[in-house]
Amino acid sequence: MKYLLILLVCLLPVFSHAGEATDMAADPVLEKRMIGLAENLRCLVCQNESLASSHSELAEDLRREVREQMQKGLSDQEIIDYLVSRYGDFVLYDPPLKKSTLILWFGPFALLLAGAGMLVYQLRKRKSRIPEAELSAEDAQRAASLLDETAEPSNQPKDNRA
Amino acid sequence: MIPEIGHFALIVALFLVICLGTLPIIGAARNNAVLMGTTRSLAYGQFVFSTIAFACLTYAFIVNDFSVLYVAQHSNSQLPVVYRVAAVWGGHEGSLLLWVFLLSAWILAVAVYSRHLPEEMVARVLGVMGLIAVGFLLFMLLTSDPFERLLPAAADGRDLNPLLQDPGLVIHPPMLYMGYVGFSVAFAFAIAALLGGRLDATWARWSRPWTTVAWVFMTGGIAIGSWWAYYELGWGGWWFWDPVENASFMPWLIGTALIHSLAVTEKRGAFKSWTVLLAIAAFSLSLMGTFLVRSGVLTSVHSFAADPKRGIFILSFLVIVIGVSLLLFAWRAPKIGLGGKFDLLSRESLLLSNNVLLSVAAASVFIGTLYPLFMDALGQGKLSVGPPYFEAVFVPLMVPMVLMMGLGPLARWKKFTVPELVKRVRWAFASALLIALLLPLTMGKWTAMIALGLLLAFWIVASVLLSLRERLAGHGNLMQRVRGQSLSYYGMQFAHLGVALFIIGVTLVNGYETERDVRMDVGDTVQAGGYEFRFNGVTETQGANYIAAQGRVSVSKNGKPVTELFPEKRQYNVSGMPMTEAAIDTGWLGDLYVSLGEPIPNSNGAWAVRVYIKPFVDWIWAGCLLMALGGVLAISDRRYRIHRETKARNRGMENKSGTGNLLAAEGKQS
Amino acid sequence: MMRFILPFVVFMIMAAFMYVGLGLNPREVPSPLVGKAAPAFTLPQLHEPSKQFSPQDMKGKVWLFNVWASWCTACEGEHPLFMELSRKNIVPIYGMDYKDKRENGEAWLRKHGNPYTLVVSDIEGRVGIDYGVYGVPETYLIDKQGIIRHKQIGAVTPEILDETILPLIKELQAK
Repeated sequence: MKYLLILLVCLLPVFSHAGEATDMAADPVLEKRMIGLAENLRCLVCQNESLASSHSELAEDLRREVREQMQKGLSDQEIIDYLVSRYGDFVLYDPPLKKSTLILWFGPFALLLAGAGMLVYQLRKRKSRIPEAELSAEDAQRAASLLDETAEPSNQPKDNRA
Repeated sequence: MIPEIGHFALIVALFLVICLGTLPIIGAARNNAVLMGTTRSLAYGQFVFSTIAFACLTYAFIVNDFSVLYVAQHSNSQLPVVYRVAAVWGGHEGSLLLWVFLLSAWILAVAVYSRHLPEEMVARVLGVMGLIAVGFLLFMLLTSDPFERLLPAAADGRDLNPLLQDPGLVIHPPMLYMGYVGFSVAFAFAIAALLGGRLDATWARWSRPWTTVAWVFMTGGIAIGSWWAYYELGWGGWWFWDPVENASFMPWLIGTALIHSLAVTEKRGAFKSWTVLLAIAAFSLSLMGTFLVRSGVLTSVHSFAADPKRGIFILSFLVIVIGVSLLLFAWRAPKIGLGGKFDLLSRESLLLSNNVLLSVAAASVFIGTLYPLFMDALGQGKLSVGPPYFEAVFVPLMVPMVLMMGLGPLARWKKFTVPELVKRVRWAFASALLIALLLPLTMGKWTAMIALGLLLAFWIVASVLLSLRERLAGHGNLMQRVRGQSLSYYGMQFAHLGVALFIIGVTLVNGYETERDVRMDVGDTVQAGGYEFRFNGVTETQGANYIAAQGRVSVSKNGKPVTELFPEKRQYNVSGMPMTEAAIDTGWLGDLYVSLGEPIPNSNGAWAVRVYIKPFVDWIWAGCLLMALGGVLAISDRRYRIHRETKARNRGMENKSGTGNLLAAEGKQS
Repeated sequence: MMRFILPFVVFMIMAAFMYVGLGLNPREVPSPLVGKAAPAFTLPQLHEPSKQFSPQDMKGKVWLFNVWASWCTACEGEHPLFMELSRKNIVPIYGMDYKDKRENGEAWLRKHGNPYTLVVSDIEGRVGIDYGVYGVPETYLIDKQGIIRHKQIGAVTPEILDETILPLIKELQAK
């Protein structure tokens, strides 16, 4: 009886042993690379989802295709070219830089330059166009006395209030 | 019967807003007091009838009236009551009714809180808002009637999309629409000013609180939408640059530029035509968003069912409203005048350069969102523009924006000198730089992007602290000085701090998030982010209108239990649609996020489980909340409070000598 | 002075694009394979799995390649057109049963009729991906040199058949 008890106690760890979960992907590093690429590809049948997050069957098939091509040793660019030659630029969420996408990629920067330029030009022009308001001697004295009345000892620059 | 009452109420509301959109404006143009006097009664009337219509549709949903087509399409008798109410705006027609209802509420608000404004201004503002309401009501009555009958009635409804059966649907659309519609007030003020031919600092002071309130709602609405997507969609993403998301972000960006531009106009009477243009642009983008979501020109997970006929109507409405406004702008803006003088280097110009940046950012989002449409229309084939583009373009724009966010509040009005400013901020900048370089090392990974994000965020924090120190320093009573600063000053600092928090959240979650996608047998554990997750199997539970496979996951750290999480895989009874409900442990330092994948076949209860560690992700939405709070503080500022004596005096004054003296009167009062 | 009219002009251009956009379908993805060689493959036949088929075999002939599946409702809609077309004997029609169980495909053809000279089984959908298939049904028109000349996305309708496909077939057969 005593030995049976000891045996049972020794076997306890076997029963309570919990395994360390294994990754779903056969090769987690490759999988991460695949998902990284798939995030920049578009699911063709979905209403605007990436290939990485879509649950549709075609998306699963395409992910499988990307995975297998990576296993065969193709580079990211080669896989992209493969998909683009079959599905067109539509499948890329990162639009390629082509003649037709110049406005897309450089537009914002061009607008920024134009906006900044216009702003500087306008600011310079207005400086010369607006006359400085001149206080008459009487008004200046009134202003001075008002300011003295309300002045508090402080080291704040007066012009900084919001 | 009730649906017919609702339908009739819409027709009555239409007639009222047709009157509201015409009589007061004609009255203002001809200085006809009788016509202008109809303004408020018409405003109250249209609110009553819009409310009746909205109430009727809500009633139809609550009592499960499946003889109404819209109710049958979007509801079900098994649907919990709270979602039956939210389902009112779950589809195209109902969401339009929400738009109309909220617009009628804003019209009412403007009618009530405008006693201190001159009559012609009120008449014009409410008139313009009335015209907008005309468009929406006509659109509903002609193409998208939520009260259309389904005869014979359906035995039961098609159920609300399970993704929408969530508190998010209760809050997000109404809040977002409050923002969209709220910008119509700023728009109306701008048009009224152009019509009246007078635009000055006083106009900006009237306009500003309304714009800020709309902006606050918009901020909250977008933030909640993002948070909802995060916990609902199951893969931890929170912004996808989807066309509909962009459609809300663009008006927000322009709205932000607008409130800053109004600040310059209010303070210095400067750059008025730019402010007016921004006000027109903000609302135009709201309207354009409506078009994009409902017309079918862009593909989006959010879009309502497309119908080209509806698209034509909205587009025509858009062209009329925006086209006429911009023509009016082109005609009247040259006469507006330049206002106060300031230097090339001044707080005004910093604010204005920030506006240029915000506008360019909005324009970039616009270009990216519509480029596929442009290309297709020109026969250049199909193109997709997604997150890689937007991130590549938007993030670089943020850097100078944030730099100026720190400098702006510190710079002097009218003129500052570079050496003086640099001298004040150099330690603030240095400390931010130091933190940015060292903090990632403590978190375990250093990349340039993380350091940049932290630099931007801590630069804002440092400049806020610097500003506070400069204002509150000195001898004597600190509390008195604290109370002496205006609420709008604190509002600004809070809002900017909100941006800092937001940037920290985005930077840290993108930099340090981890994910494990594992097969878990009962009893298996997985390590992630210093935590241990143990899978305790799945049991079947039943919800109000679904059955769920509910997983139990125990989380511990260093052997000590932290929490229990219950991710679910639901199947909704009516639609049969499956849905993953992630389980999230929310914390200040980050989220633990677990979602169930698929059960592993032939495995005795093993499941594919996804575990995410998302450090500091909630700072993203906390930051947005702080931004909104900043806006609330700003509106609570003393100078926007309408004192009864001021109102009476102003009305007296304007009868005698026009509103030129209004400023003087208010000045003496406060 | 000029600059104040600029916003209006920009907006109107935008509006013109949006108007054109209403007539377009943003979800249709045209194929870049048109004008290129039909990708090579070897697949087992549906009815006789031991036998195989490859587009190579069709060199010198103009032929239609129709991708369908038993689980596809739109395919049922276009099927009668193919039945009629096969009766008229204008052009050989080859089918590819996409992502379908063999038995289901065979049963479906028994139920709806078989217009195909031959059907291949693409159980895993790999050949579909090679052909840029993203939904069913899709139909390819391939010429004598094995170049894809037209891709029909979605069901073939009588108008499309009469206005686009048949004239093109005639043209290609004459070459």
